[in-house]
Amino acid sequence: MEQMTKITYRYLRTKKKFPSVWCSGCGIGIVFGTLIRAIDNLKLGKDQIALVSGIGCSSRMPVYADFNTLHTTHGRALAFATGVKMAKPELSVIVITGDGDGLAIGGNHFIHTARRNIDITTILLNNNTYAMTGGQYSPCTPFEKYGTTAPFGNVERPFDPCDLAKGSGAVFVARGTTYHVIQLQKLIEKAIVKKGFSLVEVVCHCPVIYGRLNREGSAVEMMKWQRKHAVSIESAQRMSPEKLKDKFLTGVLWDIEFPEYCEEYEKVIARAQGRS
Amino acid sequence: MEEKVKEKKEILLQGNVACAQGALAAGLNFFAGYPITPSTEIAEYLAKNLPKYGGKFIQMEDEIASISAVIGASLAGAKAMTATSGPGFSLMQENIGYAYIAEVPCVIVDVQRGGPSTGLPTKVSQSDTMQARWGTHGDYHSITLAVSSVKECFELIIRAFNLSEKYRTPVILLMDEVIGHMREKVTLPQPEEIKVFNRWKPTVPPEWYQHFEINPHFISPMASFGEGYRFNVTGLTHDPLGFPTAKAQEIKDKLDKLRNKIEHNINDIVQVKEEFMEDATSAIFAYGSAARSARQAIRIARQKRIKVGLIQPTTVWPFPDVYMEHMSDKLELILVVELNQGQLVNEVLRTNCGRARIRRLNRYDGELITPDEIFKRLREVR
Repeated sequence: MEQMTKITYRYLRTKKKFPSVWCSGCGIGIVFGTLIRAIDNLKLGKDQIALVSGIGCSSRMPVYADFNTLHTTHGRALAFATGVKMAKPELSVIVITGDGDGLAIGGNHFIHTARRNIDITTILLNNNTYAMTGGQYSPCTPFEKYGTTAPFGNVERPFDPCDLAKGSGAVFVARGTTYHVIQLQKLIEKAIVKKGFSLVEVVCHCPVIYGRLNREGSAVEMMKWQRKHAVSIESAQRMSPEKLKDKFLTGVLWDIEFPEYCEEYEKVIARAQGRS
Repeated sequence: MEEKVKEKKEILLQGNVACAQGALAAGLNFFAGYPITPSTEIAEYLAKNLPKYGGKFIQMEDEIASISAVIGASLAGAKAMTATSGPGFSLMQENIGYAYIAEVPCVIVDVQRGGPSTGLPTKVSQSDTMQARWGTHGDYHSITLAVSSVKECFELIIRAFNLSEKYRTPVILLMDEVIGHMREKVTLPQPEEIKVFNRWKPTVPPEWYQHFEINPHFISPMASFGEGYRFNVTGLTHDPLGFPTAKAQEIKDKLDKLRNKIEHNINDIVQVKEEFMEDATSAIFAYGSAARSARQAIRIARQKRIKVGLIQPTTVWPFPDVYMEHMSDKLELILVVELNQGQLVNEVLRTNCGRARIRRLNRYDGELITPDEIFKRLREVR
């Protein structure tokens, strides 16, 4: 644990803007720490990382990290990141977004960035709500769960972010949780290394906003729920549909090869200049 | 050996193409856009020609994404622009505000068409003049240029980039359907005649670097992502390091900086073209394509010994306050001609303070105003 904290500390803007905005018990800090350990493990330099986010609780993450950091407008992180990546393809561009930021207001950019297959790693922290504004229902609030704007239960169908990414053309799709941090770190590492658009959805507990509204208990209880309901895709193959009914899958859900956008654009430049 | 003598060649060029060529001459290397009439030719030209220079073109999913990608590219060191028309310009407004507060140089071309809403996609208008100044929310200070000819498309897009890079701010170039689609005979400047300004880069070591440094010039040197400076950029009101702040003094300092960098350099930013003004007792105030008709109307009037001149601001924002105050003392009459229901005329009235007689002529039926109409109105109001 001490070792882990030491690694994280090296990447924080400790003298600048702490304490963080996150509530006690929040899962975002876990993802943040995991992301930093993944970057450290991959031996990527601080200058090589561009961390881009939109608006929301999770999108506050870049401010605290000692990378090239860009906190954009609501929903637009992927579009800003596209510009960063095209202008400097040598940067490892990582986008931090939430379920509201990435899939509601930013839904259009999400599907198109995936379709384009530009080399951006997207980490989508799914806490099933708009936590920063106080718990309104989001595109990932489960059916019949509560939000401050769904006081009688949510009657809309939620998105499955992984299915959406896969359907939109992402070449790498994975899901992890804030409970399974070792697995999450591996998934994030794979996603960063993968050429093309990759998504890691993180099932992220939010005890103070979503948890309270839905009587899900403390952070510990919400993480116990994750332990009970997360099934790795490998284990799922050995389980009956009956047993999988209330479970969700974790691990690498989709991994294919397709030409990456920036590399393809280099060919466009070569063609335009008559070099090929 | 024969020495090649460079001759300035007259060519026939469309306004939109001239704009795109000017952008390339200014060093453009990133364009993101979305198809929209009447600006599309700019995107088409750059899709074909930008990669020839090693630059990059991308067609985004909408105009919000386009301006976002432009800002992202600029932060990573590119000279970036987008081009659009009214509906797209409306969609871009939130992130144009982002570029103001985050002080990101970029150029937005608005080839105006009639509005509101979908309005008149193929017809001329100057009804986005106020939107260029007040389009996004909050306190900010816009630099907006307006073109009246194909040649100006080329010249002013270069100026737009230079101002943008110099003052670390988005610059809006207002064109319109007539100028954008018109083909005109032009002589373009040679590359060596073109002055290109690039953003100031930091000279301090990374640990001293402040991305939003407050200094006596109000303009902070700008590092790019990946150059070792590792700064934070946010649309939240921020301190000089780029971290969100809620401190009253830091908030005020930031907003003062945004204003001061424009206001303290107003003489560098504001440009007004004059014609026949030496002995004029009255003037036509017109910009954009209305200025073309006004120029001809003045020629007709001069033949009839009417002492009228043309005031054509090529910088419409910031409004040429000082210049117009001077003109209000000097002139008896100012006729403001616009292709809208009257937008910049209110600025003329504001600076005039009841001194000269201000009259207006507005056309907003999608047609270009004719020199005859302007001349007729001039005789009426004299």
